[in-house]
Formats: sequence, C-alpha cells, structure tokens
Amino acid sequence: MPILEGQGVTKYFGGLAAVSNVDFHVEQGEILGLIGPNGAGKTTLFGLISAAHVPNRGVIKFKGENIAGLKPYQICRRGLARTFQSVKIFPNMPVINNVVLGAHFGSPMSVKSKQAAQEAARLLDFVGLSEMAAEPARDLTLANQKLLEVARALATKPEVLLLDEIMAGLNQTEIAQAMELVTKMRAQGITIVMVEHVMKAIMSICDRIIVLHHGEKIAEGTPQEIVRSETVIKVYLGE
Amino acid sequence: MNRLPLVSRNSLIQGTILLVGLVILATLPFYGSIYATILLSTVFMYIVLTLSWAIFSGPTGQISLATAAFFGIGIYVAATLGKQLPLLVVILTGGLAAAAMAWLVGSLTLRLKGVYFTIFTFGLLELMKYLLLWFEVTFTGTRGRFVVVVDHSTIYYTMLTIVVLTLLTAYLLRRSKFGLALQAIGEQEEAAEHIGINVTLLKVSTFAISALFVGAAGAIMATRWTYVDPYIAFNMNYSFTPVLMAIFGGLGQLGGPVLGAVIFAYLEQILITKFPYYYMLLFGIVMVISVVYLPSGLAGLIQQWRSRAMGGKYAHS
Repeated sequence: MPILEGQGVTKYFGGLAAVSNVDFHVEQGEILGLIGPNGAGKTTLFGLISAAHVPNRGVIKFKGENIAGLKPYQICRRGLARTFQSVKIFPNMPVINNVVLGAHFGSPMSVKSKQAAQEAARLLDFVGLSEMAAEPARDLTLANQKLLEVARALATKPEVLLLDEIMAGLNQTEIAQAMELVTKMRAQGITIVMVEHVMKAIMSICDRIIVLHHGEKIAEGTPQEIVRSETVIKVYLGE
Repeated sequence: MNRLPLVSRNSLIQGTILLVGLVILATLPFYGSIYATILLSTVFMYIVLTLSWAIFSGPTGQISLATAAFFGIGIYVAATLGKQLPLLVVILTGGLAAAAMAWLVGSLTLRLKGVYFTIFTFGLLELMKYLLLWFEVTFTGTRGRFVVVVDHSTIYYTMLTIVVLTLLTAYLLRRSKFGLALQAIGEQEEAAEHIGINVTLLKVSTFAISALFVGAAGAIMATRWTYVDPYIAFNMNYSFTPVLMAIFGGLGQLGGPVLGAVIFAYLEQILITKFPYYYMLLFGIVMVISVVYLPSGLAGLIQQWRSRAMGGKYAHS
C-alpha cells in the first residue's frame, strides 16, 4: 500500500483548473520528485495534500485513510509535514524557538519543555544551524532560512515530508549541501516528496518523478525515463 | 551544558519588589485616604483592561476593540443580578458571560484578518449598546438601572484580586508553549497551522480568557456608579483607552501594559481635575509623541537605557 496517494485530485481557482484530475502515489521510503514549468500546479498540489486548500474533487489518502477535509494542524499531527516555497519562518523569534514550536505542537503526544528544547537543538545540529540558535530567524540567509524550515518540519516527526523548492535561490555549494540533507533524511526513514527546478538535484536524488503541466500529469517514471520522454521535452523546450 | 541556577538574582530582586508592593497595596485601605482607595481602584481597572487586551492582541497582532463590550456585559450582569445574588457570584457570572460572548464572537470572526476583525469588534460594541437600549425602551419601558452599592474597600480588594489573577495568567501564558504559539500565529499564521498548532482553538480560547477578567472587572466597578444605562456601560472609551495605554507602555514585555495603564490612569485623573477643558487635547499630544518617539513604548525605552548602562550586553534581547 502506498503511504500517500491521490485519485482524481482536482482544484479550481475561479474557472481555472490549477490541478486537474491528477492521480499519484508515493511509496514508503522513496524520494519522489515533482517537476513542471511555472504555473503547472506543483505548489497547489502540495497545498491540497497539506490541507492549505480543499480539493473540488478527488481523494487524498495518507496511510490508507482519506485526509481530504482535515485541518492543516491535523494533517501535521498525523505525520505529514511541509516546507514553503516562499519562506514562512517566524522572523522575530530566535531560530531555536522556531523549531521548539514544531516539537511542541507537531506530534499528537504532549512533549515536556526540556525534551522539546533538546529535540530542537538536535535538529538544528542535524541541518547545520547550531551556531545560529539564538539569533532572530530573520537574520539568517535565505539558504539557512530554508534549512530552518526543514528543521522545524522535522521537529513535528513526519513520516512524509513535502519539500517545496528548498534549493531555489541557493548557490552551488548550498545546493550540494541541501541534496546531502535530503538523502540523510531519507536514510532516517522519512519519505520525501519534493518540488524542484534544479534539474541536477532532481535527476540525481529522486527515485521517481512526476511531471505536471497546466495542472495535468503528463509523465511519470524514473529520472532516465523522464529525460527521454518526448512529451516532457516538448513541454520544456517546445516543438 | 552549564545549568543556570533555578532562581537567578535578578528574578529574586524582582520577586521581592513585587511582594513588598503587594503587601503595601493590600494594607492600603487601613492607612490610606478614601480618595487613594478610589483612585487606585480606577488604576486597577485600567490595568485589567489593558493587560487583558494585551494578552490576546499583543502576540497575535489582531487589534480588538471589543474590550468595552465585555466590560459592559459585566456591568449589566451586576445591574440585573446584583440585588438577588451574592457579590462573588455576580462577579463570576459577569466574567463568564463576557467570556462566553468572546468565545462566540471569536469563533465567528477570528478568521477575519487585520482591519476587518477590528471593525467587527467595534461593531459588536455598538450593536450591543443599541440592542440593549432598544430592549429597555420596548420591553421594560425604562432606561438604565440602579446597581447595588458596595463599599469602597470591597471594590478595592476585589479589583486588586482581579489584577493579581490577570497578571498571573498573563505571566504564565507568556512562559508557556501556548504563549510561544500565539506569537507564532502573530508572525506567520499559515506556518503556525502547518506545524500542528490548532490556530482557531488557541485564538478563541485566549480571547475568551482575556474577556473573563474584563467582565469580572465590569461587574465590580458597576457597583461604584449606582446607576448605569447602555451609554455608560458600553462606552467606547473602554475599548480605545486600553489600546493606547498598552502601546504607550510597550507590548514587548509584561510590565509595559501595566506601566502604561498606571501612568495613563493617573494622568487622566490629574488632567481631568486640573484642566478639564484641555484634558483630551493633552491626552492626544502625549499619545502622538509616544507613538512617534517611543515605538516600543516606555518599557522598550527603559530596556534601552538598561542595556546601555550594562554596556550593550543585552542590546538585542
């Protein structure tokens, strides 16, 4: 059974179908890439999975249960966390408190303050932000703010993690570090779905890729299959 | 890891000052004048209104103008039940009725963002005022009610108790994970939801708890006015003044709203008696100056001085 799956997922914004009749499935422990030109509906699909939007049609199942209609906080507590394409940290709080909040509220069990603080410190170390723990989050560089979002999402103890363009706007070194981080998270047993425009990263770390275009799924397969797919080439490069 | 001592010297000193202050206040009616008792009751009232407002609106940034509505509910509970029930029950009922209204309004409107929420809360105040007026004219054929009279020191002690409870609640909330979550909601509500915070429930319950103290304060303060009507009970000044006091004092710390309330309430008494005609004018000038020159309020200014005196050690804390 896939850990996360969607059937006929559709979302209209006004008359426009941002996501149209998309089927997908994510297997436990894999890294699934979600690509497509700008406006293809990738972020909207993430929004539908994490309950930021409610689908007009279709079913989204997490561990076999229909999660459409739940609130975002409920989705998170069930073990499905996300990061944001446009960074959404808590800017005026110290870096560590951003993560502490995830540890406190992200899991259904209640956590003692001391445990939450320890867990947050451990995760900051994991993503490499230990030295900035006391700084206000707004002072971090963009790359580090994205890492902070990852740490905050990890603090909620997810089984599936949705990463929305964590590599956009990063330089080559930072991209390499982010790629390493993604593989490290998978090694810990977290299933990962990532939207990304950095092809080098997508091609080298994803097990499988789904291509969206105008809200529809146009291709699905291993990185090798996707590179050779004529439909995909047409969409990206034109006729 | 270095373990900090459980009670730092600083908090020991603060605790002692707080305790001494409380003892002085608690014994005041025995040696102070009646005027002092009445004046301080008013100051207490403003502390409760301001602090309650700051408990919710401070961290979330959602400006409520419903304070006067909750205060008015407390006042009218005292006016209708004051003669039949013991004072304590009346005060509790006043608080609970205000909290219930806050819960109801909160669950309907806290989804509203920014200025829409503010306008709605102000609308609530006006709605309740005129609804009550209409009710009195149409059904009871009266306007206003007499309130049972309570002696000054009872009012004083009740208000002191409510102040202490409000302070304690604000303090504990700030230190708890829920205080941190409220701040997160104020800074980035969408992210707060997605990391597992039940945003609606937390906002609505905090709003209701803050209204509890306002309603209770209304119920006891009503006994001082002997006669109330909807215009007196639902006076919009009780919505605006707490906002001004909190901003003047500074929202960054717990002491800010308290400081703002104490200074403003005292200033109000002095200005009203000495310069009754220029009172609102002077009030306005003080307000403009404080908004322009003290963006983080008096408490922020004090902290700046302190950190400068300490050689900038805590400049950013």
